[in-house]
Amino acid sequence: MFSSLLSLTIFLPLAGIVLLLFMKNDHLRAARMTGLVVSLATFAVSLALWTGFDVENPAFQFVEKVAWIPSLNVSYHVGIDGMALVLIVLTTFLTPVALIGTWKSIRHRLRDYTMMVLALEVGMVGVFAALDTFLFYVFWEAMLIPMVFIIGLWGGQDRVYAAVKFFLYTLLGSLLMLVAILALGFYASQQPGGQFTTDLTVLLNVGPRLSAGVQMWLFLAFALSFAIKVPLFPLHTWLPDAHVQAPTAGSILLAGVLLKMGTYGFIRFCLPLFPNASLEAMPYVAVLAVIGIVYGALVAMVQTDIKKLVAYSSVSHLGFVMLGIFSMTEEGMQGAIIQMVNHGLSTGALFMLVGFVYDRTHSRMIADYGGLAKVMPVYAVAMMFMTLSSIGLPGLNGFVGEFLILLGAFRSVALGSVAYTVVAATGVILSAVYMLWMYQRVFLGPVREGGKYHGEFVFDLDKREIGSLIPLVVFVVWIGVFPGTFLRISAPAAKKVVTMIDQVRRGDLPRVASAGTSQVPVGR
Amino acid sequence: MLTYTDFLLAMPLFSLTVTVLLIIATEAARVGRARFSQFLAITGLLVTSLLAGLNLRESGVAFQGMIATDAASSYLTILLSLAGIVTALVARPYFEHRDAHRGEFYILLLFAIIGMVLMASANDLITLFLGIELMSFCLYVLAGFERTKDKQNESALKYFLLGAFASAFLLYGIALIYGSVGSTNLDAIARAYAGISNQPLFLLGTAMLIVGLGFKVAAVPFHMWAPDVYEGAPTVVTGFMATAGKSAAFAALAIVMIRTFDIGGSTTADVLALLAAASMVLGNVVAIAQTNLKRMLAYSSVAHAGYLLAGVAAGTAEGFAGVFLYLTAYTVTTLGAFAVIGWHERTNDEGTSLDDYVGLSQHQPVIAAVMALYMFSLTGIPPFAGFIGKYYVFMAAVRADLTWLAIVGVLTSAVSAFYYLRVIVMMYFRERDGEHIPLPRIPVMIALGITAALVIVVGVLPSTVLQLFMPAM
Repeated sequence: MFSSLLSLTIFLPLAGIVLLLFMKNDHLRAARMTGLVVSLATFAVSLALWTGFDVENPAFQFVEKVAWIPSLNVSYHVGIDGMALVLIVLTTFLTPVALIGTWKSIRHRLRDYTMMVLALEVGMVGVFAALDTFLFYVFWEAMLIPMVFIIGLWGGQDRVYAAVKFFLYTLLGSLLMLVAILALGFYASQQPGGQFTTDLTVLLNVGPRLSAGVQMWLFLAFALSFAIKVPLFPLHTWLPDAHVQAPTAGSILLAGVLLKMGTYGFIRFCLPLFPNASLEAMPYVAVLAVIGIVYGALVAMVQTDIKKLVAYSSVSHLGFVMLGIFSMTEEGMQGAIIQMVNHGLSTGALFMLVGFVYDRTHSRMIADYGGLAKVMPVYAVAMMFMTLSSIGLPGLNGFVGEFLILLGAFRSVALGSVAYTVVAATGVILSAVYMLWMYQRVFLGPVREGGKYHGEFVFDLDKREIGSLIPLVVFVVWIGVFPGTFLRISAPAAKKVVTMIDQVRRGDLPRVASAGTSQVPVGR
Repeated sequence: MLTYTDFLLAMPLFSLTVTVLLIIATEAARVGRARFSQFLAITGLLVTSLLAGLNLRESGVAFQGMIATDAASSYLTILLSLAGIVTALVARPYFEHRDAHRGEFYILLLFAIIGMVLMASANDLITLFLGIELMSFCLYVLAGFERTKDKQNESALKYFLLGAFASAFLLYGIALIYGSVGSTNLDAIARAYAGISNQPLFLLGTAMLIVGLGFKVAAVPFHMWAPDVYEGAPTVVTGFMATAGKSAAFAALAIVMIRTFDIGGSTTADVLALLAAASMVLGNVVAIAQTNLKRMLAYSSVAHAGYLLAGVAAGTAEGFAGVFLYLTAYTVTTLGAFAVIGWHERTNDEGTSLDDYVGLSQHQPVIAAVMALYMFSLTGIPPFAGFIGKYYVFMAAVRADLTWLAIVGVLTSAVSAFYYLRVIVMMYFRERDGEHIPLPRIPVMIALGITAALVIVVGVLPSTVLQLFMPAM
């Protein structure tokens, strides 16, 4: 099984966990180094995936299939397309960055902490690689365990509340997805010559043939689980709690990767499996996405806590991603995928920057700051840079994604109205308002208490902190200037989904009423 | 005519009986050597599971159709022996701590297991009844094993009275079924089933059977005894009856309902599905309100009976397999959880409340970690055993057109996450200021190691387990 590169990427962090088992919690350096080395090695392996990936080939690559539970017809089936590859590399990239960025912030039970971060990485990469709904579900759910510990053990004041809320919220959503997975397998067995299966490549031929009603409830069960993870308004209430209470590395990975699993799920499962239902649900989802964009931005504007502000900005940004996906256009889909990466980089960086200053002053309140630019000039520059990236300044990454999404939504025949684009575009303006206003209040103006903030003298970023930011800065500029590097890779995946949906919309694919499976037997 | 094969097929039963007789003899000869009895019991159980393992690929009927051995019954014998071994391992430290370590414990334990094995390999309603009674009487006594404690006396008495009541139902049901079929042999009933399945007499008998077995598995609305008995009994006994007792009863239920009656899609299946849903809802919701861990797990066991009943209600071969897989997952997980509770319990019965677990991870990180593992497994989080069990029974339910039951199942699972997670919150997310509890003794550590390893192995490689009791797969 480990002969393959993809499995190695998924399970390499497990080796780190095993190593860490033999260490003690007070061996800080050993635990940190193990975590760093293992996550860097994982990153290196994922880069090998990148170089070995054939961009021209739209099929899943690096596919491995091993029978796992024959009686359930479940196999360990993994493989990646361009979208999954981009997200996997984002994951393996952000994990070491998060570990370096929070090198000294965690001292309490450091070994356990590093183990949890690595376990989280296994789950995240696994989710993006799984081509079997059972396997997907295993990774999806297993990830709750490290995350709940990261929030609950190393989080802030209200960490227990936040951890429990996060756990229950996401569990409730995903359990319904489990029933949908079972039902989908059941419908597959109803096909002529079909058998119960959870293999995605098989199910992709089953789902679109189901009757509209069946598609709809399966779609809803999947969508609920994904929408909670994204989070789509109004299911976002767990997010501010979880983000604010999580330790910095937790926030980085939560915002950077975990939220993307929801949007990824929509593209990978909801749309291609249930195209009719997706089209039917499209206007509602798009409306919720647009509400999320504006609502997230407005709520972010009135926050007094910087971290909470960044958290709410995520709601707004992910609204863009959802709008891009449900524009059902190639531009929108491409924009959504690149925006997932952008959000991971920018928001990850913002959470890290907030963490830097919090480590020094133990306050995240905007009101406690002012004039910070004079005391921490390098920090101020870094923050400015990421702020601009987040609000979509042309030349930086955010612009590419938002532009493509808005373009896609504008040109979308399926959405059929420019109103979505018009309202969503106000979100771009609002994001400039809340980010820049926060920047003004924190960094400009007179220096507080003779350079003391929240009773602490603050120092500018040290080499390690700057070092952890540089890779992020590089990619922010790279995507901003040469988005083609990344768009090229995700293009086939985006195109495949959009073409398929388009066919269904125009009625080229056999619609369900005519397909044989519409008479799914009720009762025996 | 008794043949050589008869004895071969019943080998595990014989080895258990021989072990019991040996223990009785040594106990009679040398009073006060409970440790030796423990050693004998564990050895006997190991031999039994080995013999059952040899029987895994055999199947046949023995003793004039009274007993049927096949992969499922042999597998369950192994599982029950495992439960017995784990219980025997933790019993010594537990009872020695309380000055109540006596050899009778192992005699009763083994007799109970004989009854359970008999239930799992019953091919006749009479054998089934004998097995149930043998098991129940031993469990009644075990529930009040420390006879000077009022709480245990209460537990034993309650269990006995309600259990006797249930047995009467069961026997009456058997009588009615005999009345309509003319035989108590399961093969004969299976042959006659298609013709009589709608006869009022037979249905009444089936209903009585469900009531009687429903008591034994603690399914709603026959669960009333469980919380009090589970809380009052010595913790090692609670762990044993919650796992082995339930396993045997469910094996009997699955054999009668699925193999013999073929209830799939019938009204009986609908009734079982309703009981299942009621058990899931009530067990999980009431468990939230509990502050005592033993009581919480008692209600959780009611809920798990609901999940298991979902597999029975499906009435298919998949449901049958699902029940066995779920029993495996539930047994290893719950045994481990009760081993931890037994270790944590003080001699004066304190230390079982949820608050007593505050900050456990700071002092005993390993124990806290395995307890967290059990809790995640009971919640049904992958990749642990509990998840695969739930997946299997829910799949059986969905494929038997009981999707609504699967939905109730997953929603109540989300509810259950709340109270299981609370144990983790207590152990990990709160600071401890209480006393320091020393590490468990070696036998308990071994028991925890076995169960924790199995929780992971069954979760990650369920097919190895499935192959044991489903040779075809």
